[in-house]
Amino acid sequence: MLIYINNLLNYFDYTLLIVASGAAFLGTVSGALGTYAVLRRQSLMGDAISHAALPGIAIAFLLTGTKIHLLLILGAAIAGWVGTVIIMAIVRLTRIKYDSALALILSTFFGFGLVLHTLIQRTGNANQAGLDTFLFGQAATILKWDVITIGILGGIVLIIMLIFWKELKLLIFDEGFAASIGLPIRTLDVLLTSLLVIAIVIGLQAVGAVLMSAMIVAPAVAARQWTDRFSLMVILAAIFGALSGVIGTIISSTAAHIPTGPTIILCATLFVIISITLAPNRGLVWNSSRHRRNRRNIGMGSNQLFEQHQQKSD
Amino acid sequence: MQPPQTNAISVMDLTVAYHETPVLWDIDLDVPPGVLLAIVGPNGAGKTTLIKAILGLVRTASGKVLIHDKPYEVQRKIVGYVPQRGSVDWDFPTNVLDVVMMGRYGALGWIRRPSKDDRELAMNALEKVGMEKYRHRQISHLSGGQQQRVFLARALVQDSNIYLMDEPFQGVDATTERAIVAILQELRENGKTVVVVHHDLQTVTDYFDWVTLLNIRRIASGPVQDTFTSENLREAYGGRIAFMKNR
Repeated sequence: MLIYINNLLNYFDYTLLIVASGAAFLGTVSGALGTYAVLRRQSLMGDAISHAALPGIAIAFLLTGTKIHLLLILGAAIAGWVGTVIIMAIVRLTRIKYDSALALILSTFFGFGLVLHTLIQRTGNANQAGLDTFLFGQAATILKWDVITIGILGGIVLIIMLIFWKELKLLIFDEGFAASIGLPIRTLDVLLTSLLVIAIVIGLQAVGAVLMSAMIVAPAVAARQWTDRFSLMVILAAIFGALSGVIGTIISSTAAHIPTGPTIILCATLFVIISITLAPNRGLVWNSSRHRRNRRNIGMGSNQLFEQHQQKSD
Repeated sequence: MQPPQTNAISVMDLTVAYHETPVLWDIDLDVPPGVLLAIVGPNGAGKTTLIKAILGLVRTASGKVLIHDKPYEVQRKIVGYVPQRGSVDWDFPTNVLDVVMMGRYGALGWIRRPSKDDRELAMNALEKVGMEKYRHRQISHLSGGQQQRVFLARALVQDSNIYLMDEPFQGVDATTERAIVAILQELRENGKTVVVVHHDLQTVTDYFDWVTLLNIRRIASGPVQDTFTSENLREAYGGRIAFMKNR
């Protein structure tokens, strides 16, 4: 047992500490912002943003020739943002429905990103290695400066979220009422989407474009099971996100060639499964035991129920 | 000297269209202050759209709306709104008191959090609608009538002069309906103007003193005894009114 703990502690070297804190930051931010997306029934928006971000990374690389993390995720953010703006415009200006517009933009942008990606690989640029980490995520590539970038951007997102707390909450609960009291709902909508875009692009390096949307959805879905309060749901989702990030990173770094993204997502999924089955009130186990109890009580027959009632009132 | 009383709401030449199909066509409507007005008309007549157009929530093709002679944007603090109950997700993680407090957000402005006073105002409103016992209840555990009372309480804490309500009687039981009507009539007694999208033709004469008949166009508008005539109803509802009367 002691040997095992000792081995575990050895893993907590400097690199792992860096990587795990990066994963914790991105999990916190995506969990918190994911709450808004899930409650607004825009879970798939995260999927569209993360896929649409891919060509942005490639273009940023082609234009600058560097792999500076901040530049690449700036490209990702712009592409992701443009993608969502196009989706919103399609819904507003045409009769194409939201899900169709989303699927259209998601696959078009992602396809374009893959084409650019292949082109970069063909040119044989020695620098190109590492771009594919943005597909499935590789937390091992996270360096100190990347963590600082993630931390600062994530911090800004969380601060803006807190500043406009009641406005954003009203926007996602009752948009019509929000507009009637004079809140600029279009602007708030763009603000919220932009925060979501940042929350997603800071996770691309560790989790990857393909799976990042799960980091938006899973922690929020798990958190909803445990609480009926919005503020607590945001906090719980942030905690679940952070824990998934850290645990996933540690597991994937204990062995070579385990991509971090899928491991983090599997951890988040575990939280979802536990929450959906075991949470009080909303959990499946709770529900079925309540159901059985009700059936049994009714099955006792009216006489016994009556007697029981009499005993209670005595 | 008192200035001459202006109309609480005046709608002029209002037209709203979705994808070139007119939903409201050239509506003129004057609502004098202090009336309790029902907007009635068949499904798809544009009742909800009219309310939303007054609130500036839908894009209008033409026309304008004035609240006491000024545009809505500068008057919104004197207008309270009760949206349709079905327009929100009642599984949202929040409780009754929190929803009612949202009625204070307009007065609070940006960034400021609700204070103790706001809480007290919300509690008073909940008492008025008979829901003070449910203040900590999660909103997904409310019945239809209770949801409607919560929305009404949220509008009451707005402390407005003019109230616009979209089907406040939808899906409520008889007790709740009577309770809501009593509150609406009390608002009118206090000099407020209340505009209600209403579905039930049988109760119009009992509950309201003004009525607007709507079917894309404005058919008629005025005091109930002059306006709520079978001739006007036939015009608004077409053949369907015969069915209504036979019941």
